[in-house]
Amino acid sequence: MRNYLESIDSEWFNRRMVGVFVLVLIAFAVLVTRLLYLQVLEGKEFRRLSEINSIRLQDIDAPRGLILDSANNILVDNRPSFDLYIVLKDAKPVEKTLAKVAALLDEPVDQLQARLKGAKKQGAYAPLLIKADIGRDTLAGIEVHKFELPGVEVHVVPRRHYIFEAHAAHLLGYMGEISQDELLSSPYADCKSGDSIGKFGMEKAYEGFLRGKRGGRQVEVNANGQVVRILNTVDALPGQNIVLTIDHAVQSRAEELLQGRVGAAVAIDPNSGRILAMASSPTFDPNMFVVGLTHDQWSGLVSNPYRPLENKAIQAEYPPASTYKIVTALAGLEEGVINAHTSYYCPGFYRFGNRSYRCWKKSGHGDVQFAKALAQSCDVYFYQVGEALGVDRLAKYAHQLGLGTATGINLDRESKGLIPTAEWKLRRFGVPWQKGETLSIAIGQGFDLVTPLQMAVFAATIGNGGIRYKPYMVQEIRSIDDQISFVANPEVMTRMNLKPGTIPLVHEALWEVVNDPRGTAYLSRFKDLAFSGKTGTAQVVGRPSEGDGKQEGAAPKDHAWFVCYAPSENPKIAVAVIIEHGEHGSSAAAPVAREMVRVYLNLPPDAVTEKIEKEKQERLASIESAAPETVGDEEE
Amino acid sequence: MMIDRRLVEYFDWWMLFLTLMACGIGLVALYSAVHAGADNPLSGLFVRQLVWYGAGLFAMVIAFLISYKAYERWALLIYLVCIGMLVAVLLFGKYVGGSKRWLALGPVSIQPSEMVKLAVIILLSKYYARIVKAEGIRLQELIVPVIITAIPFVLIVRQPDLGTSMLVALVAASITMYVKIERRTFIGLIVTGILAVPLVWSVLKGYQKQRILTFLDPERDPLGAGYHIIQSKIAIGSGMLTGKGFLKGSQNTLDFLPEHHTDFIFSVLAEEWGFLGAIIMLLVFLLIIIWGLLIAQRCRDPFGTILAVGVTAMIAWQVVINTGMVMGLLPVVGVTLPLISYGGSSVITMLAGIGLLLNISMRRFMFEK
Repeated sequence: MRNYLESIDSEWFNRRMVGVFVLVLIAFAVLVTRLLYLQVLEGKEFRRLSEINSIRLQDIDAPRGLILDSANNILVDNRPSFDLYIVLKDAKPVEKTLAKVAALLDEPVDQLQARLKGAKKQGAYAPLLIKADIGRDTLAGIEVHKFELPGVEVHVVPRRHYIFEAHAAHLLGYMGEISQDELLSSPYADCKSGDSIGKFGMEKAYEGFLRGKRGGRQVEVNANGQVVRILNTVDALPGQNIVLTIDHAVQSRAEELLQGRVGAAVAIDPNSGRILAMASSPTFDPNMFVVGLTHDQWSGLVSNPYRPLENKAIQAEYPPASTYKIVTALAGLEEGVINAHTSYYCPGFYRFGNRSYRCWKKSGHGDVQFAKALAQSCDVYFYQVGEALGVDRLAKYAHQLGLGTATGINLDRESKGLIPTAEWKLRRFGVPWQKGETLSIAIGQGFDLVTPLQMAVFAATIGNGGIRYKPYMVQEIRSIDDQISFVANPEVMTRMNLKPGTIPLVHEALWEVVNDPRGTAYLSRFKDLAFSGKTGTAQVVGRPSEGDGKQEGAAPKDHAWFVCYAPSENPKIAVAVIIEHGEHGSSAAAPVAREMVRVYLNLPPDAVTEKIEKEKQERLASIESAAPETVGDEEE
Repeated sequence: MMIDRRLVEYFDWWMLFLTLMACGIGLVALYSAVHAGADNPLSGLFVRQLVWYGAGLFAMVIAFLISYKAYERWALLIYLVCIGMLVAVLLFGKYVGGSKRWLALGPVSIQPSEMVKLAVIILLSKYYARIVKAEGIRLQELIVPVIITAIPFVLIVRQPDLGTSMLVALVAASITMYVKIERRTFIGLIVTGILAVPLVWSVLKGYQKQRILTFLDPERDPLGAGYHIIQSKIAIGSGMLTGKGFLKGSQNTLDFLPEHHTDFIFSVLAEEWGFLGAIIMLLVFLLIIIWGLLIAQRCRDPFGTILAVGVTAMIAWQVVINTGMVMGLLPVVGVTLPLISYGGSSVITMLAGIGLLLNISMRRFMFEK
């Protein structure tokens, strides 16, 4: 201590303190000067500004990105719509103003007041919504009486517009108001309560690209709350446009033919995995969701037994039925269980243990070789191939072909389907696999479950000779100034290592299905172009979860399947179609698929097209006389 | 410890009086802020603030009863405990509005970044008291103070809380300047600093530059900070000479002011009590600061002198930055107004700091000859 007093004394510290005092006094002098400036010199002006609370913030909504098809046709855009708001503090006298608004809207005043009371209060000068999406006529009325309506504001809001209404609805998805949980989650960090966000389909999967970034402006308003001056603007950043792989024409054709039926159709490009069409029926009009559904509309959609909101192409699981015989055939050839000349005798049934397994053809196919067995879908032949293979070897090929696993498409709620193995059954039910069950799954019944999208990928993989691509729906994403931020790249999931003879044999048999007079899809052939496919008829009995489609008293009809690729050589399109309770793959599903192929390959309408059209008209006429079918058409 | 008669004799009643006056002004302003609107959800905060003042006065008594020489002895331990709490905040802190600043301790949440300011001041004072000399601190002697400051600075930046971390750096720099840096070291540091700016700027990413520019110029963010500053200026300016009257501030009651019970409470006060009210509050703070500096001057012990300067610098910087910010003179940062803004950690830290000043003031006889 003494040491300190010697080297530097308190005089030294005191001298340093002088500077500190000076600095403090200068700082406070600046603060007081500023205070004088704000409160005394400019005080009057600030008092005026505070009395009318004139500086306010207004949002500038970012236009949501468009959704286009592969040929750049706009499928979804935004339309200007008009929302009516009121700022209660400006709307003096409130009662009188509300009465005038009510008259213009043609609604009782108390209904308006109830709605305003219900609106969340966010500060005295926050505009409250009176009515969303008022029509142009009402808007004109409001504008004419603008000066008698203090505090009433019309906000121009871009609203989602699905140009072709129910077209590709499941794929495009729909919008809805953001929920409390979503508001707190990080992908929606820049959203506000009341915002519309994608809730389903592409609108949801690509929300981050489509949304853009909200802007805003500082404005000065007059005593009536009307903007007199814009002080500052931050522009909104528009969302990005999404170009789909969808072919509008093929999609439309599928939807036309699915009308009045329950089912799905998927078309993909076998050389890349891009999805050309994905239709699900019954459908709905996503425009209904834009302003918000009424209670009746919503309960109509969710209580409909045919589940119009479900995208059956990826969410619904069906037994693949006879289409699965392609897997059994391929596995049999690859594992050496059969070859081109292996022949079995079909008397119309197959005895296994003490049970008799029937062939769909009661009279039997007689002696059948490989090609005939597949082309004519002989059950007895494939019972025996399946028996020889066993469940696990069969599952191995099914998995390689993409069955029993999600395809990985970028859409919510995709189902995995189910391809059983012995181990799976033991784990799931605690009992070992029964050999007889292999017979059922060899013809695509029993535990086997697939989605229509999986079947389209499957058909494409068979068609191109064993390369399984990951299906995708977005070709390109680009910003409003055409900066490309994403371009799709085909992705190979599995490259099957097959014996050289296998694919030609399978291809030949599938060619016969369509082009041989005894083939099950002969009626759907084209005159000048060969394509290949396989029908299937899935038994509905015994599936307890099924039964929605049952008609009173009558036994439920079977589901109809058709998978195909076209042309037979170097296919350009692969299709899978399921019609619930369509009875026969050949008569219900194959015509839909062939028409999608025809449109995609630009073939002219022919006699078969005419027949299909006629059948469609008859079907729709008979439905119309019974009950309304498509949901959502009564809107507007 | 034996109570010396002289401790009572030397008690600094003026400092206590000024402090209680500031608390009183704070309660009036807070009452206005939390009673904005009819059924304001904030109204419970007034009672809670009373509890915080109680706790703060208790901390103040603790801070002056124990001789400040004890704090010098325990400086490192106090510092390490605070750093430990800052680490805990990053690990287990509560996420509120995009940053982690609070640590939940049973029913209350504390903000360790407030307490750490005092810990840094105490440890730096201890270090400088030993090496202070007339020709100034040399460069190599600055390494330890830089480490002492940088650790909490980085931890608080990570929360992120730019305002508080810069405050820690400012207070540390003020103490260092007070004890004097060797002339050539000082010039060298200034030149290096100026040269480093363009270098750091070129390393920053685009969005980081945007954030700094917005920080320096709120006008660049007209929908956020810029808007708040305009509304705050309207609130203050519209108070005019005598104010709109208690609970009559329209900018306040109509929710035009952001954070009106914490960072923007001066705007509430200035709107309702006008230039006269605002100038009284500033005067009280000016007196507290001058009184703090006088305490430093009268103290005969280098640790006590430097500690008193440090605590006073903390109060002075917060007053100047906070009022400068709400009047649109300085960038918008989350710095509270000492003793006035709502908040337990802030109030307790400030009153504990005042307790240290009282402590130094009443023990000045210990070194008198």
